[in-house]
Amino acid sequence: MKHLKAVNSKAERVDRATQGDVVALQRTPQQPEAGPHFPIGCSLVFSPGWEADRAGGTAGLCQPVERDLFDCHIGCYWPAQVPDQLNHAPDWTSKCAAAQKDWRKIDLVFP
Amino acid sequence: MITLGAREHHRFEAAGKPFVYLVPSAAIFALDDAADAILRTLSERPRTREELVAELSARHDHAELDDTISELARVRAIGEFVAPERESAPPPKIFPLAPIESIPPFPLTTMVLNVTNQCNLSCTYCYEYSEDKIVDTENGKQPKFMSEATARQSVEFMLKESGDNKVAHITFFGGETLLNFPVLQKTIAYARQRGAEVGKDVDFSLTTNGTLLKPEIIEFLAENRVGVTISIDGPREVQDKFRVFHNGTGSYDVVAPKIRELLKRHRSRPIGARVTLTSGPLDIKRIYRHLTEEIGFWEVGFAPVTTSPGRGHAISEDGYDDMLAQFRDLAFEFLEYSVENRHHGFSNVKETLEEIHKGMSKAFPCGAGLGLMGVATDGDVALCHRFAGSDAHKLGTVADGIDRNVQFAFLEKHHIANKTDCSTCWARPLCAGGCYHEAHTRYGETSRPNLHYCDWIRGWTDVCLQIYGELSEKNPGFLAQFDEPMAAERVS
Repeated sequence: MKHLKAVNSKAERVDRATQGDVVALQRTPQQPEAGPHFPIGCSLVFSPGWEADRAGGTAGLCQPVERDLFDCHIGCYWPAQVPDQLNHAPDWTSKCAAAQKDWRKIDLVFP
Repeated sequence: MITLGAREHHRFEAAGKPFVYLVPSAAIFALDDAADAILRTLSERPRTREELVAELSARHDHAELDDTISELARVRAIGEFVAPERESAPPPKIFPLAPIESIPPFPLTTMVLNVTNQCNLSCTYCYEYSEDKIVDTENGKQPKFMSEATARQSVEFMLKESGDNKVAHITFFGGETLLNFPVLQKTIAYARQRGAEVGKDVDFSLTTNGTLLKPEIIEFLAENRVGVTISIDGPREVQDKFRVFHNGTGSYDVVAPKIRELLKRHRSRPIGARVTLTSGPLDIKRIYRHLTEEIGFWEVGFAPVTTSPGRGHAISEDGYDDMLAQFRDLAFEFLEYSVENRHHGFSNVKETLEEIHKGMSKAFPCGAGLGLMGVATDGDVALCHRFAGSDAHKLGTVADGIDRNVQFAFLEKHHIANKTDCSTCWARPLCAGGCYHEAHTRYGETSRPNLHYCDWIRGWTDVCLQIYGELSEKNPGFLAQFDEPMAAERVS
């Protein structure tokens, strides 16, 4: 950092911990460093479709309708574009017992 | 369009330069002109990025401002402005979500053994015996002296509860600790032996009023490297005001020569004085000079008396201001000495500097009920020594161990996230609401933040931040001593 100088030990830790941390406020986001991909989202369990990339990219969050998946149909505030499981596609998730393993089995449904 | 706002912080100046203390991370950054300008502008009110850049572009070019905004945002000194009503959610508690049984117990660092609840002095302001006492030590259920058997059980309890810690700290306390010197002596021998057997170092310390020191005791303390803290309030006229024997005579003339003897013989550990500050004209510098230069203490720590409001010895609001001004003077004297790498014994400032250096951000004001516990004469384990013997603050017994449910309920209730009053205070990473015992005495409830001394805490934290900033510029080497792990908590 050029304009701030870490003074105490905690500041050094904050500095180290946020290196490569791209904040959405930046006008021209730097390219994220190559590294492991950490999914984050509002779900505590693994749920495909909720990933944001390390740079905090929002394309993976739940806003874009094409990413709505699985978790969106239970208890989410998001008016999800997922199949209507009550009426139209009751068996939509029946092949998906454990999302970590079986998420590929959840197919698209065309009304 | 993003609106930027300053996040919670405290700006201060030291050595003519601006610094920022960030809350809740407790990180400190030195700011250059651009960073300072941005932070100050956003502290007035939030602005859009464009507004901010336009406002400051006369003095700083765009690229510089862009860079600085990114850096400030990166360390969370500024960020997207969140309207206050959305911010009012309580700060997240970093607290186990798992069931109690599955959480390994937090290791005990310090056990305070109240080897007796009797005292040969009757200091007017004493939290243990005077009007504000919690436990009836005269006719209560506890024995007046801890037995050797209970002390041994306590040692076993400590060794077990210290978990993987390599060092266990045992502090002897009272009453007047030395009234039960025989048990103290035997406990040290026993703990040494048991510590060696289980592969732990045991560190000993005690607090005493000094009246019972005599050559054999001094010899024993020196040989066994027992850390000693003496409760003493200052020169004769100050000491004798409240620190009196049962018949009302002052204790200065009894303790002063004994303390001098102790300081002469006991060189294996630095010996400190612990001063209770009370109402009336305070001359902290004079007390400090007397105790260090005239008596010879290595260091002196001051604490305002714990009392319910309205007592004769309670410090008034003006008294707190006066105390802060004097603390400030002494702290800047500490700074002068430290810049030249000379020792200065004002221990309050040193303790706070260490916490600032490490960037401690506390969920709890102190280790009570967590890494520190107090044991009453009958073996009941309480939050800390000040609550020893109180059934309402009991966590278990040395024989049966700690009741984890009680301990967790206590911790849940006393977490900083529950202290709404503290949620807007920048000093909360260091204060976290203050002493449970003080709150209990003042408000009858341990979970209440100590609102009567907020201004004093903020003032004092600000002074210590300035000292820290000055040292980081003038003698950063001095601060390196605080890179060591934290020493055991001080007991008073």
